[in-house]
Amino acid sequence: MTVATIAFTTDQLAEVRRLRSLYPDPRGALLPVLHMAQDAFGHISLPVEEYVAGLFNLSPAHVHEVVTFYTLFFREPRGRHVVAVCHNLSCHLAGAPEIVARLKARLGIEVGETTEDGKITLQSVECLCACEHAPMMQVDDRYELGLTPEKVDRILEGLR
Amino acid sequence: MTAEKILTRNFGRADSHTLRAYLETGGYTAWQKAQALESAALTEEVKQSNLRGLGGAGFPTGTKWAFIPKNHTGPVYLVINADEGEPGTFKDRYLLEREPHALIEGMLIAARAIRSATGFVYVRGEYVEPWRRFSAAVREAYDDGYLGQGFDVVVHRGAGAYICGEETGLISSLEGKKGWPKVKPPFPAIKGAFGMPTIVNNVETICHVPHIINRGAAWFAGLGTKTQGGTRIFSVSGRVRKPGIYEASVSITLRELIDDLAGGVTGNGRLKAVVPGGSSAAILRFDEIDVTMDVDGLRNAGTMAGSAGVIVMDETVSIPEALMVVARFYAHESCGQCTPCRESTGWIYKMTKRIVEGHGRKDDLDKILDVARRGAGTTICAFYDGAVGPYISYIEKFRAEFEALIPK
Repeated sequence: MTVATIAFTTDQLAEVRRLRSLYPDPRGALLPVLHMAQDAFGHISLPVEEYVAGLFNLSPAHVHEVVTFYTLFFREPRGRHVVAVCHNLSCHLAGAPEIVARLKARLGIEVGETTEDGKITLQSVECLCACEHAPMMQVDDRYELGLTPEKVDRILEGLR
Repeated sequence: MTAEKILTRNFGRADSHTLRAYLETGGYTAWQKAQALESAALTEEVKQSNLRGLGGAGFPTGTKWAFIPKNHTGPVYLVINADEGEPGTFKDRYLLEREPHALIEGMLIAARAIRSATGFVYVRGEYVEPWRRFSAAVREAYDDGYLGQGFDVVVHRGAGAYICGEETGLISSLEGKKGWPKVKPPFPAIKGAFGMPTIVNNVETICHVPHIINRGAAWFAGLGTKTQGGTRIFSVSGRVRKPGIYEASVSITLRELIDDLAGGVTGNGRLKAVVPGGSSAAILRFDEIDVTMDVDGLRNAGTMAGSAGVIVMDETVSIPEALMVVARFYAHESCGQCTPCRESTGWIYKMTKRIVEGHGRKDDLDKILDVARRGAGTTICAFYDGAVGPYISYIEKFRAEFEALIPK
């Protein structure tokens, strides 16, 4: 695979212009555009930060400061799926440590790592605010609720 | 105690998030009524209702609206805090997914009261489904002409940072910066988002507004206590039989909430402690739960109503372990701007961890208490004060349990 050029398509650039127009100061669109950039380029590398900075007339340092502040921006390639287990209090009380242990064992990786085949990145995160269904985790855009080790196995098997 | 359902009245309908369902249940009639009222009259009605902010601080909503300078001629912004993140809280997720038009209607009314033409709704980045649902409702509201006729709504996605739930951190983030809180004064009502007067209100707070306008301030005030009107949505989790959301009068007691609504304590069935208002609220012991859940009731009990996230712990729960989990959260989420918070949250997590792992040192508990007390009130925002609540209360109320883990 060749290294993709870091540039939005014409349609994406139109979307950037639309987002910028929504804010009294166009910089308000930085987070939405970074979400777009991550979707388009997989993760936000330093060259992506520079590209986005150029779209906003911001210094790359400003964009870097923003990207590194938020947990949903990935600076390294991530797996095709991101599995984020909540480890905060309600989930902890409901057995989150066992869920994390099961995931680590099944995937053969530690928290923060990606499987060798590039399929799954495992994270342990703070409260996702679905405590009534603890323990729970987020798989990509989806909340998976009321987990048991067996349910975790089934969810992993369903990921392609 | 099972007060009338107001915010959650339509949650039983599978289509409650649609404009059609909302209109069928009286939706947007308050907005019709509000358009005949002056902005000052709307603010006064909300003041009289004793509506208090339901995101955490409990500030009187009408009073906040009245802070917008009367002589200001430029733009005024209404910002909705949908960055729900306080551990143990999940009510705004339900509102965004199941009653999004109540938020839009409440925003229309609030915007008229503060003379704002633009509203921003800051939805936490992880809330993908709530964001989709709410965005779809905004499109419906545009298509039917509720929005775009003098008031516009921008739905903004966050990117993962608890501190962006703090109103000035949220504003920084909305402006395209890292979510560092700002020094107050100036308060956002004077100089907020993009340098303009801004009101930041929580989702649930604003969802109440249409009902207040429709049914009157006196009705709403009468649902609650002398100093706080209405119902609110309690998020109950932890060791209870029926975890979930419960809408009840703010005058319900913690005991009623746990035993009558949430079905009682599980685990070994005997209560040990409760977090009454999200993890930043000081913990209450089993014998301290005959308190009303309103802002002032819990303040008088030495804790806070916060976001009404109730986490129940039975006797089998290790309080030191619970504190370690909570301390890890504050260490991770400290934004790093103020030294006392950045340093203390990290060190206190390390100390609680070594205590739980059996390597605690004799003076660790007093050191944590000392560090916690010294830092309180010294930082730009309330984040560290929120962390201090659990640090001090867990240790003071369950000291023997911590001491038992520390080698002699």
